[in-house]
Amino acid sequence: MIQFNQVYKRYPGGHEALKDLSFEISEGEMVYLSGHSGAGKSTLLKLIAAIERPTSGSVLVKGQNIRSIKREAIPALRRNIGLIFQDHKLLFDRSAFDNVMLPLQIGGFDHREAAKRARAALDKVGLLAREKANPISLSGGEQQRLCIARAIVNRPAILLADEPTGNLDSEYANEIMQIFKSFHQVGVTLIISTHAESVLTQFPARELHLKQGALL
Amino acid sequence: MSTFIEHLRVLRATLLRLLLTPNATLLNVLIIGIALSLPVGGYVILKSVQSLTGQLTGTPQISVFIKVGTGDGEVSRIGDKLKQNTKIKRIEFVPRDVAFKKLQQSTELSDVIGDLSQNPLPDAYIVYPKATDATAMESLRDELATWTQFDHVQLDSAWVHRLEAIVEFCRLAVAILAGLLSFTLVAITFNTIRLQILTRREEIEVSKLIGATDAFIRRPFLYFGLIQGLLGGIAAWLIVSGSIFLLNHYLGDLASVYASEFRLLSLSAADSATLLGFSAYLGWLGAWFSVSQHLWKIEPH
Repeated sequence: MIQFNQVYKRYPGGHEALKDLSFEISEGEMVYLSGHSGAGKSTLLKLIAAIERPTSGSVLVKGQNIRSIKREAIPALRRNIGLIFQDHKLLFDRSAFDNVMLPLQIGGFDHREAAKRARAALDKVGLLAREKANPISLSGGEQQRLCIARAIVNRPAILLADEPTGNLDSEYANEIMQIFKSFHQVGVTLIISTHAESVLTQFPARELHLKQGALL
Repeated sequence: MSTFIEHLRVLRATLLRLLLTPNATLLNVLIIGIALSLPVGGYVILKSVQSLTGQLTGTPQISVFIKVGTGDGEVSRIGDKLKQNTKIKRIEFVPRDVAFKKLQQSTELSDVIGDLSQNPLPDAYIVYPKATDATAMESLRDELATWTQFDHVQLDSAWVHRLEAIVEFCRLAVAILAGLLSFTLVAITFNTIRLQILTRREEIEVSKLIGATDAFIRRPFLYFGLIQGLLGGIAAWLIVSGSIFLLNHYLGDLASVYASEFRLLSLSAADSATLLGFSAYLGWLGAWFSVSQHLWKIEPH
């Protein structure tokens, strides 16, 4: 599903974020990405979603090489990847429901079908009762769940979560991890970056540990 | 999946966005409307003047003035001779008494004419030629000028040609004005869309992150430009039509003084459709320029 071969990522200015990464993640696998902040976890996730391109080496996502992917092919790739951000990236000019509708509008779904799916996704993360709320009125944990609902609403094959429990207390973090576990059970490929030891011990899975851009 | 429904959705969202900022919308629409109404107004005036010259050139004529003192018998013989000319369609006799009475009745000159003890005017014929193009008329005039019975031969269409040249010149001026003000419309839309892109930066970034194509992101901005341009066109139509209505009301009085039937023509259906289509297109074009200038700079990172 995802394959890294001798991947280097150097940012303009010379900072080397990733060094000689090679690994493979198979379909339906759940993988943790651990390491201190600045170890390159976010950069690695950005490469998978084609937000950044590798400086050398190849990154294959569902058979497509991110290093040489055409600009026009990126939207189709991203529709297959659900992105969950630490800072949520929700839109505050519209309701929670409309936030979740956005990927479906982009995907060109029929409105009625889209509304049904959006409510199902909100229900899945326990926010159905808040569909009309503006995301700014939601708590940090609720915003994170809303972000998850938006990421999964068009049923992507891959979910990338960047520090999804980073700002949350352990109770909220547990809720979120339970949600991820249920996606894993239905065959979604999951990559979760985290530096929280508690998450790693409570919900054990394969771990890729990064240190200064290299795999340990 | 269903592109038609997607377009309807964007159209609805765009209209809502326009209504959300009514003052800004109204101001933009008015600016565009006023900018467009200037060349359209010029076009209306030109078209009206042209229809007037068209009526005049439709009955081109040559006036021949017979030497003063020619006897009545001689005058009617000249008439017969003119009728026999194959280049002439018909003639109209203007006796010197009739011409003098008309002159006395005309308002401004009555004081001057009243002092005259005798009629200074000659008998005249108005000649309507068969061929009405400029060269044929000029050659007929030259031919008639050789007749010794005539004092003066006048081709009455010369001023029409001069007027046509002026109209042609004005048409060029209106075209230049239209070009410049069309550019204004494009520039206004360009700027409006630029501001919109800046304020919706976050939305654009997020949309790109969740797989929006460039076309999807461009669409609402292009619709906005198109609709704003169309509304500006409607405003221009209302401004011009309202002005024509008011001016015609006033022209009615003015024209009757000059015994003229001059009226400003209103915009035809084809003119109106062209105006609306063109303004919508220019709005779209301004949005398109703006989007292709600014959108690519917003990339998620």
